Amino acid sequence: MTNNFAFEADSTAKKIHIVREFNAPIEKIWKAWTDPEILDKWWGPKPSRVETKVMDFRVGGTWQFAMISPEGQKHWLYAEFTAIENGKSISTKALFFDGEGNPVNSGPNWYRDTRFTSIEGNRTRVNIVITYEDDATFERFINNGYFKEGTAIGYNQLDELLASE
Amino acid sequence: MRRDTFQAIADPTRRAILTLLVTGAMTPNAIAEHFDSSRQAVSKHIQILTECGVVTHTQTGREIHYHFNPEKMKEIDIWLEQLRKMWMDRFDQLDNLLNEL
Repeated sequence: MTNNFAFEADSTAKKIHIVREFNAPIEKIWKAWTDPEILDKWWGPKPSRVETKVMDFRVGGTWQFAMISPEGQKHWLYAEFTAIENGKSISTKALFFDGEGNPVNSGPNWYRDTRFTSIEGNRTRVNIVITYEDDATFERFINNGYFKEGTAIGYNQLDELLASE
Repeated sequence: MRRDTFQAIADPTRRAILTLLVTGAMTPNAIAEHFDSSRQAVSKHIQILTECGVVTHTQTGREIHYHFNPEKMKEIDIWLEQLRKMWMDRFDQLDNLLNEL
């Protein structure tokens, strides 16, 4: 069954739209997104994993977790819930922090809005919009060792990037 | 002021200059001819592109030619590709987990 995955960046790569469909009812998907025990099992992209330190799921509350590399290196992330519509949507602003509750740089680094929709066949569609606040965010990801060297993709995407307004 | 690849492509004129330079190296005059803005404004954009590292220049006698530097632009592609893969992997893991929930 197709999962209709889509990943699109705007021309400045500051806003990213992600769509994905899951073969499960919305209640189950909502739980997977909000229960820290479940989140820890899938949020960390292999070979990294995620370990939740604090999950306070309410507006103004935070999800504090470490992204742990296979070498055991921890990158702390801190997401504050800015809006929650129960069973429908979650908005967060996120930043890197030192693991003790102090941001490693001032201000939020990126915002994420996640919307859940029931679709035919007892399935769920998830729409995510990530907005990066400033140009420096991407470099911070790189500098934090969040991503290591990758494979460059074709220039056709660059053409699109340059052509789009 | 710090410069990065994102700043290079944040402005439509700069994107247009990059598109021109993808087709081949050009002198500042030749670039400026393509735009209604003043030569000075175009020069400023070229300067920013150079500072961002996406454009380099060579000098032959009194002539300066600006070149597109694709290596630098790859940073954005690499970043987006990494991010895309991260979300794909993450979602695949959730797919596998859903059977157990």
